[in-house]
Amino acid sequence: MSETDNVVLDVRGLTISLPEGAERAHAVEDVNFTIAENELLCIVGESGSGKSMTAHAIMGLLPAPHVKVADGEAILNGRDVFTRSEAEQRAMRGGDVGMIFQEPMTALNPLMRVGEQIDEALRAHADMDAARRRERVLELLAAVGLPDPESLRRSYPFRLSGGQRQRVMIAMALALEPRLLIADEPTTALDVTTQKQILELIQRMQRELGMAVMFITHDFGVVAEIADRVAVMQEGRCVEIGTADEVLNRPQHPYTRELIAAVPHYIEHRDAFNREGEPLLDAQNVRKVFSLGGGFLRRGRELVAADDVSLTIHPGETVGIVGESGSGKSTLGRCLLGLHRADGGQIVFDGTDLNRLGRRAFHPFRQRIQMVFQDPYASLNPRYKVGRIVAQGPLAFGTPRSEAYARARELLELVGLDASAAERFPHEFSGGQRQRISIARALALDPELLVADEPVSALDVSVQTQVLDLLDDIRHRLGLAMMFITHDLRVAAQVSDTIAVMQTGRIVEVGTSKEVFSNPQHPYTQELLAAIPGQNWEIPEDLRHLRAQRARTPRGADA
Amino acid sequence: MSREFWKAFARNRGAIIGLIILAGVVFLALFADLLYPTSPWDMVTRPFAPPLSAGTLMGSDTLGRDIASGIAHGARVSLLIGLTSTAAALLIGVTLGALAGFYGGRVDDAIMRFTELFQTIPNFVLAVMLVAIFTPSITSVTASIAIVSWPPLARLARGEFLSLRSREFVQAAITTGQSTPSIILREILPNSMSPIIVAASLTVATAILLESALSFLGLGDPNMMSWGYMIGASRTVMRQAWWMSFFPGVAILITVLAINLVGEGLNDALNPKLARKGKG
Amino acid sequence: MGKIVSFLGRRVVKSLFILLAIVLINFALIRAAPGDPALVIAGQSGASDPQYIEQLREKFHLDEPLPQQLWTYVTDVATGDLGYSYRQQRPVWDLIAERLPATLLLTGIAYVFSLGMGLLLGTLAAVKVGRWSDTAITTIALLAYATPLYWIGLMMILLFSVQLGWLPAFGYQSVGAGLTGLDHFVDVAAHLVMPVLTLGLFYMAVYARLTRSSILEVRDMDFVKTARAKGLPERRVVVRHVLRNAVLPVITFAGIQAGYLIGGSILVETVFAWPGVGRLAFDALLQRDYQVLLGIFVVTSIMVLVFNIITDLVYTLIDPRIEVS
Repeated sequence: MSETDNVVLDVRGLTISLPEGAERAHAVEDVNFTIAENELLCIVGESGSGKSMTAHAIMGLLPAPHVKVADGEAILNGRDVFTRSEAEQRAMRGGDVGMIFQEPMTALNPLMRVGEQIDEALRAHADMDAARRRERVLELLAAVGLPDPESLRRSYPFRLSGGQRQRVMIAMALALEPRLLIADEPTTALDVTTQKQILELIQRMQRELGMAVMFITHDFGVVAEIADRVAVMQEGRCVEIGTADEVLNRPQHPYTRELIAAVPHYIEHRDAFNREGEPLLDAQNVRKVFSLGGGFLRRGRELVAADDVSLTIHPGETVGIVGESGSGKSTLGRCLLGLHRADGGQIVFDGTDLNRLGRRAFHPFRQRIQMVFQDPYASLNPRYKVGRIVAQGPLAFGTPRSEAYARARELLELVGLDASAAERFPHEFSGGQRQRISIARALALDPELLVADEPVSALDVSVQTQVLDLLDDIRHRLGLAMMFITHDLRVAAQVSDTIAVMQTGRIVEVGTSKEVFSNPQHPYTQELLAAIPGQNWEIPEDLRHLRAQRARTPRGADA
Repeated sequence: MSREFWKAFARNRGAIIGLIILAGVVFLALFADLLYPTSPWDMVTRPFAPPLSAGTLMGSDTLGRDIASGIAHGARVSLLIGLTSTAAALLIGVTLGALAGFYGGRVDDAIMRFTELFQTIPNFVLAVMLVAIFTPSITSVTASIAIVSWPPLARLARGEFLSLRSREFVQAAITTGQSTPSIILREILPNSMSPIIVAASLTVATAILLESALSFLGLGDPNMMSWGYMIGASRTVMRQAWWMSFFPGVAILITVLAINLVGEGLNDALNPKLARKGKG
Repeated sequence: MGKIVSFLGRRVVKSLFILLAIVLINFALIRAAPGDPALVIAGQSGASDPQYIEQLREKFHLDEPLPQQLWTYVTDVATGDLGYSYRQQRPVWDLIAERLPATLLLTGIAYVFSLGMGLLLGTLAAVKVGRWSDTAITTIALLAYATPLYWIGLMMILLFSVQLGWLPAFGYQSVGAGLTGLDHFVDVAAHLVMPVLTLGLFYMAVYARLTRSSILEVRDMDFVKTARAKGLPERRVVVRHVLRNAVLPVITFAGIQAGYLIGGSILVETVFAWPGVGRLAFDALLQRDYQVLLGIFVVTSIMVLVFNIITDLVYTLIDPRIEVS
C-alpha cells in the first residue's frame, strides 16, 4: 500500500446517520480507507451496503437534511471536506473531484445540448473565455472516444445511446482534470460490450491524468478487471480491505468468501443433454415487428424485434437465450406465451401451432407454459395475499378453492418458504423471497415449459445464486423444460444445456453450453465472451467447493 | 390497511378540518327541512332585512326570503349534483380510459381522439349550451356537468391502465389463464383506484363550482334553491344588500375548500410515496 | 426547423378535424333539442307566428333529409356563415366579430397573468418548501382554487368600486369620456384590472400548485444531482436544470386548460358587463337566442384550438425531444 505523500483521499471513521425510523441507525459506520494517485479502489457490496452513500457523502451530495455525516473525516488536499464551507465544497465538486453515476439515461439534462452541459462545468470552475472553453469541450469529447465531436457538441442527450451518454458523463467529470474520480456503478446499466469499453476508457483516463479512482460496484468480475485495491462493505461496515490479489484470491472474511463463491461461472461438470425425440417446442421463422409512434394520420417507425427466429426445446431441456438489450430475447419469450402475437412463423408446441390459436383456443395451453418474471417487486399483485397469488392459476382452470389453496401451501414449501407465507402480503417479503413466490405461482399449473425472463438480474449476487439453484433443482425434480432468458452469459452457462445467442432480433449461434463457451463460432458470440469482465481471474478452488456444497444442502428461506 | 389509512389521513390536519366542515354541510343538507321547515322560496319576513335582524341569521333577500334557509336547502342541490354528476363522470371516464389503456392500439387511438375533442371544447360553454337547449332541470344540469367533467378522469384512468397493463403481475395473470374481465376488474382496477379516488374527490369540488356557476347564470333547476342562484338573483342589488350574495358565496367557498382538503388527505393516505415528496 | 413546421402542420390538420367534429356536435344539438328545430332556431322571438316558422323551415332546409341539412350546415360554417339572429336582426358572425377583440384582450391577458404568476408563486413555494412563504402561497392557492370566480368578481366590485372607489366596476371604458391616446389606454387598463384578476386568480392557483409539485419532483431527478456534482452554483442548478424541466408539464396543462379559461369568460364578462363574447352569450341565453349561442360555441372552440397550437409552439421551442415524438 502506498499511503504517504501521494494519498489523494483519506477517509477516517466515516459514519453516516439515517433518519429515525429507518431500518438501521447508520447507513455507514466507521469506514476507513485511502486512495492514492494512480490507484483504483473498488468498493464492493450488495444493495444497502452503504457503498453509494459513502461516495455521496464525500461529494457532499447526501439527501439533506435527513441523512448526514455524523462522524469522521475525509481528507482531500490536506483538508477535511466535511468541515469546508458550502462555497468551498462547491469548488471541490467538479473541480478536485469528478463523479459519474449509474443511470446514463437520466443523468443528463434532457433539455440542454451536450456541449453546453460540459461547458457549464468549465464555466463554474475555470477562468476561460468562450472560445477556449469550446475548444476544451471538443478536446474532451474526442478524448472519451466519441465520434464527430463537433456535431455531438450540439446534440441533445436523447439522440445518444447509453454508452455514448456515459462517455459524455465521463468527459464532464474529467473536464477540470480532477485528482479524484468517483464512479458509482457506472457500467451496471450498460450492456457487457459497452461496459468493457467504458471500463477501458476509465482506466485509460486514469493513466493519462494520474487520478485516484473510487469505483463502486457489486460485480466481482468488474473488480477483477480493474481494481488495484478492494474494499468490501456489508451493512454499512467495511469488512475487508486489501490489494486486489489479496481480496480476490485469498479472501479472509466469511462475507467476502460468500460473495465470491456466488459469482456466476460456467460449470464444467454438467452432463451433456441428450436432444433426442420430438421437441416439446418447435419455433420456426418467428417474426415480430413493433410499430413505434405513429398515430391517426401517419405510420410510425417499425422495429423488428424478432426476425426469422427458429428454435427447439426438448422435454427436460434448458435453453438459455442470451443477448444484450434490444436483441429481441424477451420478445421471443413473450411470443411463446401468447403475450405478443408473432407476425410470422410458427410456434409449434406439442404438435399445435400456438400462433394460429385465438384467445379461447390458446387457453388450455396456458396451463402448460408458464413464466417467471424479472422484477420481483412488480410481478406480484400487491393487493392479494400470497396464497391467492399462487392459487390463481388453478382457480382459473376450475380447481376447487380448498384444493388450490392446499396446493399453494405445498408449493410455497417446495420453493423454500414456509406454508404460512400464504397468509401474508407480497410487501412483507424480500426480493429473493418474492422471486420464490413467483416460481411457485408458475409451478402451480404443473407446466411442461417454464419461460424465465431474467429471473435473477434484479437480485443481489448471493440471493441470485440461491434462486438459480432453486430453479435448477426444480427443473430436475419435475422434469421441466425451461427457456432461460438472460443478458449474462455467465448465468446462462451456469444453468443451460443449450445456449442460443441473439443479436438484433436474430439468433446468431446455437450450441451446447460447453461449445458456445469454449469454442464460440460467431464473431458476436466471441465479442460477448471477450467482454465478460474478469476473465483472467479464476474463482479460488476452495470457494468453488463452497458453492457446490451450498447447492446440495437443503435451502432455507433466507433469501 | 384501513388503520394505516386513517393514520396517514389524520396526519394531514387540513384533511381533518375539511372532514369536519364537510360533515357539517352534509348535516345541513340532511336536516334542512327540520332546521327550516318552511320552503326557502316562501317569504318569511320583510325584504332587505340585514343579517341578525327581523328574526333572521343572515338577513333576507329582495322578496323577504330567509337567506339562511336558502343556504341550508341549497346544500342539498350542491351535494346532490356534485356527487351524482361525479359518479356519472367516473362511469364514463373510467370505462373509456380503462378500455383505451387496456386494449391500446386503435381502440386507444379512437377513444383518446374522442377525449381530446371533449377536452378542447370550452367545457363551460358546452355545459351552458346543453342546459339551455335541454331546458334547466336537475337532470339536465347533472348530465351536462358529467359530460364536461369526464375527460380528465378518462386520461387518468387510461394512464393508470396503460402502465399497469404492462406490469408483470398483470402479465402473470394473463399467463395463468385469467379471463379478461377478471384481469381488468380484479388485477388492474383495484391497483388504479387510489389516484382515481383522489381525482374524483376533486371532481366533486369542481362539479359543485360548475353547478353554482350555471345557477348563477339562471340555468339551475327552477324548483330547487341553490347557492349560485341566490348570488345571481341578488347581484343587481349588491350595493344595497351585500349579505344576499356574500353568504351563499362563503357557503360555496367553504364546501369546495373542505372537499379539496379531504381530497389532499386522501392523496396523502392513498399515495404515500407521492405525498412524501410534496412535503419535501 | 423543418421538423417543427411539419409538426405544427400536423397539429393544424388535427385541429381542423376537431373543428369539424365540433360543428357536427353543434348540428346534433339543435336536432336533439326537445321540440321543433325551427322553434329552437327561432328562439322566443317569433314562436307564435306560424308563417314565420314556415319561412325558417324553408331557409334552414328543415324539410330536407338530415344528411342534406348537415351538408348545408357544414358548408355554411366553412364559409363563415354562422346563421342569423332573428332576435337582434343581424348575422351571428357580425355580432361575434364585434365582440371578439374585447374577449381576446381579456382572456389573453388573464392567460399570461395566470401562467406567469402561477409559475412564479409555485416556484417560490417549492424553493422554500415547508417554510412560511410556502405555507402562505399554498394556502392562497387552496382558497383561490375553491372560490367561485364570479363571486370573487362581485366581492371585488364591492370592495374596490363600491367601498374604496378605486376601480371602475363595469364596462370596457368610461362611457362618454371620449378619451384618446394614453388616457384611453389607462382607462381601458383600469377597467381590465378586476376582470383579469377575477378570471386569472383561479387558474393562477391551478398553475401554482402544479408548478410546485412539478419542481419538487424534478428536484430529485438524476440530472439535477449531476448538475450539483459539477459544482454549479445553486442558483444555476435551480434555474437551468430544475425549472426548465419542471415548466414542461405546466405548459402542457395550461394548453389543455385554455378552454376552461375561455368558458370562465362568460361569467366574468357577465359580472363586469365586459362587452365581449361571454357577455353576448349571457344575453343570448336570457333571450333563448340559440343561433347566437351555437355560433359562440364554434368561435370559442376555434379560440381554444388556436391557444393549443400556440402552446405547442412554445413547447417545441423548449423541448428538443418533441421533434421525434
